[in-house]
Amino acid sequence: MLRGLLDRLGAPFEKGGPLHRLWPLWDAQDTFLYTPGKTTAGPSHGRDRLDMKRLMFTVVIALAGTVAMAFYNTGLQANLAIGRGATPLPGWRTAVIEALGIGFSPDSVLAAVIHGGLWYLPVLIVTFAVGGAWEMLFAIIRRHEVSEGFLVTGMLFPLILPPTVPLWQVALGISFGVVVGKEIFGGSGFNILNPALTARAFLFFAYPSDLTGDRIWIAADTAPDAVSGATWLARFSLTGNEAFAETFHPAGGPGITAWDAFIGFLPGSMGETSVLACLFGAVVLAATGIGSLRIMLAVAAGTLLMGGLLNLVGSDTNPFFAVPFWWHYLMGGWAFGTVFMATEPVTAPSTDGGRVVYGFLIGVLVVLIRVVNPAYPEGMMLSILLMNVFAPLIDHFALRSNVRRRAAAAALVPEGGG
Amino acid sequence: MASETRRVLMDPLIHNNPIALQVLGICSALAVTTGMQTSVVMSAAVVAVIALSNLSVSLLRNMIPTNIRIIVQLTIIASLVIVTDQILKAYVYEISKQLSVFVGLIITNCIIMGRAEAFAMQNPPLKSLIDGIGNGMGYAAILLVVGAAREVFGAGTFWGIPVLPLASEGGWFTPNGLMSLSPGAFFVIGFLIWILRTFRPEQNEAE
Repeated sequence: MLRGLLDRLGAPFEKGGPLHRLWPLWDAQDTFLYTPGKTTAGPSHGRDRLDMKRLMFTVVIALAGTVAMAFYNTGLQANLAIGRGATPLPGWRTAVIEALGIGFSPDSVLAAVIHGGLWYLPVLIVTFAVGGAWEMLFAIIRRHEVSEGFLVTGMLFPLILPPTVPLWQVALGISFGVVVGKEIFGGSGFNILNPALTARAFLFFAYPSDLTGDRIWIAADTAPDAVSGATWLARFSLTGNEAFAETFHPAGGPGITAWDAFIGFLPGSMGETSVLACLFGAVVLAATGIGSLRIMLAVAAGTLLMGGLLNLVGSDTNPFFAVPFWWHYLMGGWAFGTVFMATEPVTAPSTDGGRVVYGFLIGVLVVLIRVVNPAYPEGMMLSILLMNVFAPLIDHFALRSNVRRRAAAAALVPEGGG
Repeated sequence: MASETRRVLMDPLIHNNPIALQVLGICSALAVTTGMQTSVVMSAAVVAVIALSNLSVSLLRNMIPTNIRIIVQLTIIASLVIVTDQILKAYVYEISKQLSVFVGLIITNCIIMGRAEAFAMQNPPLKSLIDGIGNGMGYAAILLVVGAAREVFGAGTFWGIPVLPLASEGGWFTPNGLMSLSPGAFFVIGFLIWILRTFRPEQNEAE
């Protein structure tokens, strides 16, 4: 029945119809609901069940854990802070919660999920509305189909934002990410930089007061200093030894244990705090072969080497040097970036050797930026973007070395023998 | 105005813009365009230097030995830049301080050297002067647009006068920090080139 309705509605958009200019809009709706009716007819054409749509959808499944965290943890952190003396931020969200009579109890899962959802969902909706509009606009002007690529960008972007980010900045950021990060280069599949990270980097440099600091990670007013709102990464960076000593506080207290950091009920960007949720995504992506396990392992190896090296070197002035290397895996956006950002197939190298080098250098750079550069407590975004730029060069050298190796091997074969 | 003169003067504005098409002089275009005042003064300085250097080089073109022509051109340009720098220091000291080394660095601006070498060496003085003014205006046009965009969006002011009420002072506008950084100028120039090439597709490089 739906099919028949779609066909009837779609007639004006067909070639020769009055609305043919808007065909990409129609096509996006149609193929979103149904598998495209057109298939390749000729022989000698590799057919794969894994089309763009399925690929993107698998990524969305892999993100399920982090989305759940965006709902629950965002609300939980806010409610915990409110429980310790912070006040709810004034605005419509607080009004909605009061109207529903749910309250801000940190013990109630429902209250946390609703409070978190009131922060996360508007960001998600704005991302899809504004980013989707740009996608449609470019599809119509350039007369190509709307690609499912934006579905993933639109899922990733809200997860790497702090909950309190103003919605107009979300709109501006995703506009920049889609237009400058992707469409300028020709759309999905041609981008040099990861569009979601481009969008975040834009906001990071344009509006630093809303993207960094210790006031933004918890969606509650922590002004009376009843609660510290800084991320643990920032605390390590600023106070080093002191915070690190607190870290091993056994009974919760002000410190965190490695287990806390692994589970991720901590302040941070909405979807990035839980290593466990990212690990679930890593399993899904690696099992389906969509995200390169090679890259993920290489990032881990790079972080291990650089983090371990800095542990050995030590520093009298920078206490961050002493933070054990494995804490880098647990803190900030390391897990999220490694699993969902570094593995993005378009912006990562496409040779196996290249992927190892690429991932390894991301792992090294992230530790360097976090520890050695005092201006940025977090380095995942910048290191991935930087290596995105180098990915084609890495591929170039990987190909060259392969050609040289093959040429050398061919030279060993006696004349006429091979 | 004769059509040839007109072409020499107007071509560099849009059709063959030194920044947007030839992508020359980018360094100073990034450095001095944080505000309108610095952009205007820098533009005026470059127009003056490029016009006079084109004129002088053209006057001397038949006397310059080919082997040392670059050195001679550089000497002329450097002298003009020093004079310009002194004038700026004398009359607009505050802005001259903001421009810091970038006035002195006009010597290394590829547009000036390029016009002297490519145009003034082969053309009569008046035509070279007009070419210098034209190219200077082409440079200035981009600088002014970039300077305006960066000052309005990066600080909410135009020529130092507030135009967008700042959020920190009770208004609605939050300055875009990226615009005050040099990469912001890169993005604005990039967008300008994009717009230009949308309307002038012949400027696109061959695939």
